[in-house]
Amino acid sequence: MDARFRSGAGETPPPGTPIHRHRLATRLWHWVNAVAVIILLGSGLGISNAHPRLYWGRYGANFDPAWLQLPRFPAWITIPASYNLAISRRWHLFFALVLGFGLLAHLLWSLANRHIQRDLRVRRSDVTPAHLWADLRAHWNFRFHDPERPRAYNAFQKLSYVAILFVALPLAILTGLALSPAMDAAWPWLLDLFGGRQSARSIHFLAATGIALFTIVHLALVILAGPVNEVRSMLTGWWRVPE
Amino acid sequence: MIARRTLITGGITGGAGLLLAGCDRVVQIPAARKILFAGEDMQRGLQRALMDRGALAPEYRPDQRSPIFRANGTYDPGTAAYKALAAGGFADWRLAVGGLVERPLRLSLADLRALPNRSQITRHDCVEGWSAIGQWTGPMLGNVLKAAGLRRAARYIVFTCADLYGGAPYYESIDLVDAFHPQTILAWAMNGRPLDVPHGAPCRLRVERQLGYKHAKYLMRIDAVATLSGIGRGKGGYWEDNVDYDWYAGI
Ligand code: HEM
Repeated sequence: MDARFRSGAGETPPPGTPIHRHRLATRLWHWVNAVAVIILLGSGLGISNAHPRLYWGRYGANFDPAWLQLPRFPAWITIPASYNLAISRRWHLFFALVLGFGLLAHLLWSLANRHIQRDLRVRRSDVTPAHLWADLRAHWNFRFHDPERPRAYNAFQKLSYVAILFVALPLAILTGLALSPAMDAAWPWLLDLFGGRQSARSIHFLAATGIALFTIVHLALVILAGPVNEVRSMLTGWWRVPE
Repeated sequence: MIARRTLITGGITGGAGLLLAGCDRVVQIPAARKILFAGEDMQRGLQRALMDRGALAPEYRPDQRSPIFRANGTYDPGTAAYKALAAGGFADWRLAVGGLVERPLRLSLADLRALPNRSQITRHDCVEGWSAIGQWTGPMLGNVLKAAGLRRAARYIVFTCADLYGGAPYYESIDLVDAFHPQTILAWAMNGRPLDVPHGAPCRLRVERQLGYKHAKYLMRIDAVATLSGIGRGKGGYWEDNVDYDWYAGI
């Protein structure tokens, strides 16, 4: 804590100053979660190949109208590469537990250590049109931090992290649970919440699509912001204030 | 610096790709495979802990049924023995109940109909992802097992079917929690009509809190056993033994 640079003391840290930016709990969760998400996406696409049709409502099979006919996902993107529903399911259902309990632990821990309240809380001043416009222009100029408060996340960072942590990942977990016939007996409200098992399956796919798009944009921004500095900060915690 | 940057950039994108490719290597390693496959026991343990033993699968209204309930797996066993049974309207069909029981039974369709029957409109979820809703009627498996009198050593109920896979009868198994669940029935009717051949005539298992491949069709034998080790290759079912499907199919 002592080593962490404290902003707000009236001084602006010059570029190059090392700042302790990510706590151990955040770093641990981040990498466990990243591995789980990539495996879940790959194995999920493998499972999709077994019946690549999506429906709304309680039931849906070959003779019912599908709202979306998915393509066959190619070998380079599925786990395993050659179609094997049983093994795709083994990967998916194991890492679903890693993702679910990892997220639960992380959110509880981040409430306790005030990471959510301090770093992720979206303040009204973050989302005023003027602020969002200024942030967008900063992104356009490849500047992703506020020189005055370099440790803080910018508005788009906050919004996208909040969307992933509190919307997309929980939605994927709950719709995944609704796909389980046993969980539907244990927690029938899952079906009421999503309007039936086949609707839950469609929403599960949409949530996964959102997570995949987030991951792609996230990686692009890490690369643009300076991959060495960024990845180091998520590995060791230490980040240098950029130019 | 440039080299380091491209290294990291390449590392990030390459890392994700390697992770996908690496997964196929990892499942070949016996120890890793064991850990991965332990996910099934974790899911079963968690689900059973969260769920009341008797928690009911949702039941639906008649107007919520699928207009067409597709069949899957075997559409017709097609063996000489099965054809003969079907030609006689299954009047000669007998369901053998044996294994670790006090009183082995041989039940005809008339015997099953004479028992207290249960009708339920439930959702059938295939492991592939589709669902269909239909009505099923039949006696509770639990009552049949009580009539036969399970011995104390009995832990699992094994179902042997008339349809052949690779020359041998299809088989499946469930534990006693599911065997005595009120919605676990030996269905002889579907949507108010005697079961047709594609859906498992004359009688099939319904085990509503698990996926479709557990719902053995074309039932011929029911055996109570102490362990699954003597059945097939020991994993409790045709798909479990041959293609690594989970024995516990609650998810
Ligand atoms: C696999 C490649 C990935 C890399 C290299 C990577 C890298 C990073 C880096 C460097 C940060 C810190 C960025 C910052 O200071 O704003 C970060 C934060 C974050 N990443 Fe990733 N990430 C990856 C995958 C993912 C995935 C798959 C997800 C989730 C779907 C994810 C979710 C997050 C979240 C929520 C944060 C903010 C953490 C917090 O402060 O609470 N990342 N990531």
